Parts: sequence; C-alpha cells; structure tokens
Amino acid sequence: MIRSKDDGLRDTALSDKELNRALASTWSAQPGLWGALSTVDHKVIGRRYIATAFVFLALGGVLSLLMRLQLSQPEARFIGPDRYNQIFTMHGSNMMFLFAVPVMQAMAVYLVPLMVGTRNIAFPRLNAFSYWIYVAGGLLLWTAFIVDTGPDVGWFAYVPLSGPQYGVGKRADIWAQMITFTEVSALAIAVEIVVTVFKQRGPGMSLDRIPLFVWSMLVTSFLIILAMPAIMIASTSLILDRLVGTHFFNPAEGGDVLLWQHLFWFFGHPEVYIIFLPAVGMVSTIVATFTRRPVFGYLAMVMALVATGVLAFGLWVHHMFVAGLPRLGESFFTASSMAIAVPAGLQIFCWLATIWAGKPIFKTPFLFVIGFIVIFVIGGLTGVMVASVPFDTQVHDTYFVVAHFHYVLVGGAVFPLLGAIYYWFPKLTGKMMSETLGRWVFGLIFVGFNLTFFPMHILGLQGMPRRIYTYQPEMPWAGLNMFISLSAIVLAAGFLLFFVDAIRSARSGAVASANPWGASTLEWATASPPQPYNFARPPVVGSREPLWAEATALPVAAGLRVDRRELLITGVVEGIPEARESSVGNSIWPLWAALATTLTLVWSIFSPWAVVWGSIPVAVSLIGWFWPKGVLEDES
Amino acid sequence: MKENIVLDLTELPAHALGTASPSWWGTLAFMLIEGTGFALSIVIYLYLMSLAPRWPLGTLPPDLFAGSALTALLLASLVPNILVARWAREQDLRKVRLGLVVMAVLGIVPLILRGFEFPAMHIKWDQNAYGSIVWVMLGLHTTHILTDVIETLVLACLMFSRHGDTPRRFGDVGDNAMYWNFVVATWLPMYACLYWIPRL
Repeated sequence: MIRSKDDGLRDTALSDKELNRALASTWSAQPGLWGALSTVDHKVIGRRYIATAFVFLALGGVLSLLMRLQLSQPEARFIGPDRYNQIFTMHGSNMMFLFAVPVMQAMAVYLVPLMVGTRNIAFPRLNAFSYWIYVAGGLLLWTAFIVDTGPDVGWFAYVPLSGPQYGVGKRADIWAQMITFTEVSALAIAVEIVVTVFKQRGPGMSLDRIPLFVWSMLVTSFLIILAMPAIMIASTSLILDRLVGTHFFNPAEGGDVLLWQHLFWFFGHPEVYIIFLPAVGMVSTIVATFTRRPVFGYLAMVMALVATGVLAFGLWVHHMFVAGLPRLGESFFTASSMAIAVPAGLQIFCWLATIWAGKPIFKTPFLFVIGFIVIFVIGGLTGVMVASVPFDTQVHDTYFVVAHFHYVLVGGAVFPLLGAIYYWFPKLTGKMMSETLGRWVFGLIFVGFNLTFFPMHILGLQGMPRRIYTYQPEMPWAGLNMFISLSAIVLAAGFLLFFVDAIRSARSGAVASANPWGASTLEWATASPPQPYNFARPPVVGSREPLWAEATALPVAAGLRVDRRELLITGVVEGIPEARESSVGNSIWPLWAALATTLTLVWSIFSPWAVVWGSIPVAVSLIGWFWPKGVLEDES
Repeated sequence: MKENIVLDLTELPAHALGTASPSWWGTLAFMLIEGTGFALSIVIYLYLMSLAPRWPLGTLPPDLFAGSALTALLLASLVPNILVARWAREQDLRKVRLGLVVMAVLGIVPLILRGFEFPAMHIKWDQNAYGSIVWVMLGLHTTHILTDVIETLVLACLMFSRHGDTPRRFGDVGDNAMYWNFVVATWLPMYACLYWIPRL
C-alpha cells in the first residue's frame, strides 16, 4: 500500500539556491534524443508546435507564390490544371488546419500556463501526444502532395466532387484523414487549456483577474470542443461513403449533398473565430503593454469574446447563400452575420480608447497591432457587404471573396500573431528580435499585403472566379493579375525577412531580461526563457495587472513538495487553493500512442479492417501510458 | 524578481479529490466533445428523415426487443455503477474491486445484445442513407461502450494490483463511473430516435 505518506521535501525547508537546484532536478527533461522525444514540458512542446506551424506557413506561402506565378499572365503554362487544383487545395487546407489553428493553440500551450502562474499544462502527456499527431497529419498531407496524390477538391471538399463518383483515387481520403489528425490534436489541446484555466490558476486569480489572452483562449477552446465534432463526423461520413459504400451524400439513395455543406460550415464558420479570438487576446495584451495602461473596458472585452463565441455558431449558412435555401433562413443568417460585427466593433473601440488614453510606444509588436486594426476593419466592412444575400450572389466564388477572407484572416490573425512573436520572442528564446529589421518586416508585409489583396476586390467585381488555373487574354484581368503577382513578391520578401530575423535573433540576438517590455502579466515574472518548473514558488495574484501592482517583490505561496512534480490546484471562480497535485513526469508512451494511432488512421484510408486491428496497438500504448509506474507522482 | 511569501500551502491535501480534480474536469470536457458528436448524429438522422418521402427508407421499423432489452440493462447498470462511485469515495477497496468486476460484466453483456441490434434494423449500411445513419449511430455508441469496458477492465486489474489502494486510483474509479453514466445517458435519446421515431 502506498497511501499518503506525503512526507516529501517541501520548499519551505530550502534556501532559494537549494530550491532552484531541487526543482531543476525534479522538472528537467532527460538529456539527449530520448529526453527530447519523451519530454512533457509545455514550453518545449509549445516551442516545437510554433516552429512546426511556421514551417507549414512557409510551405503554404510557397504554394501561393506558385499560384501567383501561374496567374501572372493569361494562358500561362507554368502549372497544369490538375496540379493547380492540388495546389490551391493544399494552400487552403495547409493554412487552416496545419498553420492557423495549430499556431494559435501552440501559443496557448506555451503561454497560458505561464500567464496563470502554474508549472505545467494540465494533462502534459496528452499535450505531447497532440504534437506528434499534428506532425503526422502534416506529413501525411505533404507526402501525398509530393507523390502527386494531394487532395484536389478545395479546402472544404464539397461533395459530390469529393465523393466516390467524382473523387476517384485516394486524394479526397488523404484530405479527410488529415482532418482527423488535426482535429484530434486540436481537441486535445482545447481540453488541456480549459482544465488549466479552470483548475490551475495562481491563488487569487479570480475570474475577473484572468488576463485577456487567457480568456480568449478559454473561449476558443470551447469553440473547438463544440465545433470540431461536426467536421470529424463529416469527414468520417465522407470516408465511409468512399470506402464502404454508405450513402450519406448520395441523393439517389436518400442522402443529400447539402448535408455536407451544413456539417462543414457548422464547423467552418466557428473555425474563423477559433483563429480570430486568440489574435484578439494577443492584441489586447500588446496594446496594454505598449500604452502602459490596462485595456479599457475589461468586462466589455470579456463579454465580447463570449458573445462572439456564441454567435459564431449561428452564421454558418452565410457560406451557402447560393445553395438555394429558403428565404427566411437566408434572412436570419444575414441578420446574425451582421450582428457579430457588434462585439467585434466593440473590441475595436475599446482598443482605440486604450490607445487614446495611454502613451503609445511604437515598437514592432505595436506596429503590427496598428496594421491589424486597419486591415481587419477593411475585412470587416467587406464582411458586412457579403452578409447581404443579393450582394453575395454576385460575388460568390469570385476574387472578391478571396480578398475578403484574406483581409479578415491575415489581417485579423497573422498580423497579431507576428506582433505576438515579436512580443513574446524574448520569453520563448531569451533573446530579443531586431527592432530595425522588425520595422522593415512590418513595412514590407503591410504594404505587400495591401498591394496584393486589395486589387483582388476589383478583380472579383470584374467577375474573375476563384480556383481557375488560367484565363483568356480577352478578359480584362491581365493587368491587375500581373500587378498582384509582383506585389506578392514584396509580401513574400517581408515574410522571408521575418524568418531571417527570427533565426538570426534566436542564435545571436541581444540577451533579454525577465521583463524587457515592462509588461504586467505573470509570464514576465520569471526568467527568459523560464526554468523547466516555470516558477520557483507559485505567484499569488492580488490584481488584474500583477506585475504593475507589485513593482518590488512578487507575492508567492510556499509549501509545495520539490521532490516530485507538484503544482497547485485552485477553485474555478475565486482561485482559492484547494489541493497540491502532482504533474506527470516525462514519458515516451505518448509517442508510441501517436505512432499506433497514425498507423491505424493511415491504414484505414485503404481498408476498414484497419480500425479493428489498429485498435489493438492503440489500446496497448494507452494502457502503457496510464499504468502507474510507482513513482512519487503517483502518491496521493 | 524578489519573492515575498504571503501564503502557506503546507496543510493542503496532496491530491485533489472529486470536483477539485483536474481529471474530473478533463472527463467532463471529453464528455462535452463526445456528447456534441452524439447530438450531431441525431441531427443528421432527423435531417435525412426530413428529406425522405417515407421513413424508415425502404424497410420496416426496427424490431424492439434487442434494443429495449439493452436499454433496460443499461438503466439497471446505473445502480451498481452509483454504488461503485460511492464506495470509491469511501475508499473501500474490497467493495470497489467487487463493483468493478460487476461493472465489467455489465459492460460486456450489452455488447452481446448490441450484436442483435444491428440485424434488428432490417437494413445494411450500404443500402441507403437510412441504413448508413442507423449503423453509424449504433457504431458510435458501441465504440463508447467498448472503450468504457476496456477502461473498467484495466481499472479492475489496477485495483487488484499493488497500485490500487490510493486516493488517486479511487478518483479514477469515480471518473470512470461518471463516464459510464454518460454512456447510458447518451443512449436514451439515441434509443428513442432509432426505435420510436420511425414508429411515429
């Protein structure tokens, strides 16, 4: 019997030096390759996740340059129609499923535990598993593309094009199974974030003291939990239709093609907010730091996040306005689509008020916030335009829509993200990025982006459809297309410079202090980069801006064990300490479980029996994962 | 940054029990994910039904016996399940061991009955969309029974091993019992949908 001996070494018995040494030996990963594969440190996994997502961003960017090359002149012969179909499908799928959602969650994996003052994310092994599954999904998609089996059905894979009749071969199955990989990894992180925010906040961090970025990730995680099952059911039904002859999307046998669109967009529209809400949290954080004052209207900001999250589920039909739905339904979804502009607008005004009342410092992260506000407002305006059915009918499937969603997604998410990278880079790496290069990066990307995407509005109004691999010289589109393709080079140069700056700074940038920006949130209370255990003692939170309120000494709690990985559990509402709890140690089992899952999912593209036989190694690896090893962390 | 100790945690318990426990909340979050999945499967069923000229499509309503027997058995299994949860809270190892064995059996028998439910639908998955959705709904729920049975069996082995007698493992037993309640609760609307809506 190993019942509660609980006589381990406490931090109260140690000097600061001894404490740090003891914690380092308890929380560090093993050295070497094995240690790298078995680590469950949220910071290591978060950094890996972010770096991998940026690799996919670069790959997706290369695809877009290939498309711009092909479209730069009429009747160009650089890329054939079949490869072009694969390229735009890959670009969309890659950017949405392998870059945008994962990178936002990755930022949360790294930052949320630090911002709430805990030592590791909840369910650290699930976190490791999530990363491996994500990498496997990315490899599946890109390997298929390299061997000319990349999906060619658009990033939303509409049936019947993606169904068994027209989507011959395995291309659509690759897409559908990539969905399974990325959704499993996204759902896993969503659960971790929810539980971390609910149960692992520092003592005193009541609901109304949670940093806005953490609030935004909490709402995002709930969106993921409620939206992603829809796409998993949709992609599974599609695979079943293709593999074992079910008839979900076959009208001849009682199925329905619009069912696919409903299921896809019931996920797909919240997806936009899954990408946008974390960016909103980043903007609030950066605005507060660089105006030297708390964000105006904290409660209104939180309510706007929640309202956006709720309304996000009532908009999906606006993607289907030309599908011939009843007019009353269309009117409802027009109204709800316009309604979501209210919380978005409210947040914009709160930021403007904050900047107005503060003393803005125009460093690179803040420049990206300014860029975000300008571009996102333009994207929001065209959003209100396409929410109207008659207008949407005119511009549906044209370059106007391409322009609109790039303004919303790149403006609304990538600009804040780049600002966030410049902002948190010192915490992530211990080095500062270059302010000079940063200004160039911002300038090139801001100018390049607008020159590339603004003319697409005009092309769309001139009737140029999206997803065409070429156009005839008689069409009045050639000049603008050449202009856009040349502008894309400016945009790409900006991103290239960003990557150069990031890699160069990580190697030889100026060394960062613990809190180089003088920010107010808890991640800046610890070293840059933080020790494996994040905080030597859990910080006690007495206000919404803890580091501004406590300028000299950080109030902390003492009494945790240091001979096992231990962290503090607090109440959901007030953040009152409830228990000490162990946090699991490093383990290789999440990697084995991910490999077994990957084997099963890839095999099941070819045979339904894979699910039966594949579940055996999956079950074995899960049992290995959970079976107690008799370590101190098992004590209770 | 300098530290100033303002709070003493030494008297806190070494493990969070019940609703304080992260794994309780994690289980709840996974139930929300899977519950959404179940709800969507019912939505798809009703959506396809709304399009069909008659329902069920191309066959008779399912036979009631196997499904109803399974429903009754699942409902009955709630009694020992709630008892196991209570014994786990009381940390009574002997009763928990017994309860887990009973629950493992009460998980396996529904799987056998489920084997009779598929033929009782009078249709295969590849005949039409009605067949597809009923097989997927039954399959989805079967996966949940199966997963919980395996979890219960592993937990039972664990409780008979040297690792069993700790508050942490009793907490796991409590979470597993909560998950079984969920498996039963989600079946009820599925049962009503699969067996009674075609008879309306």
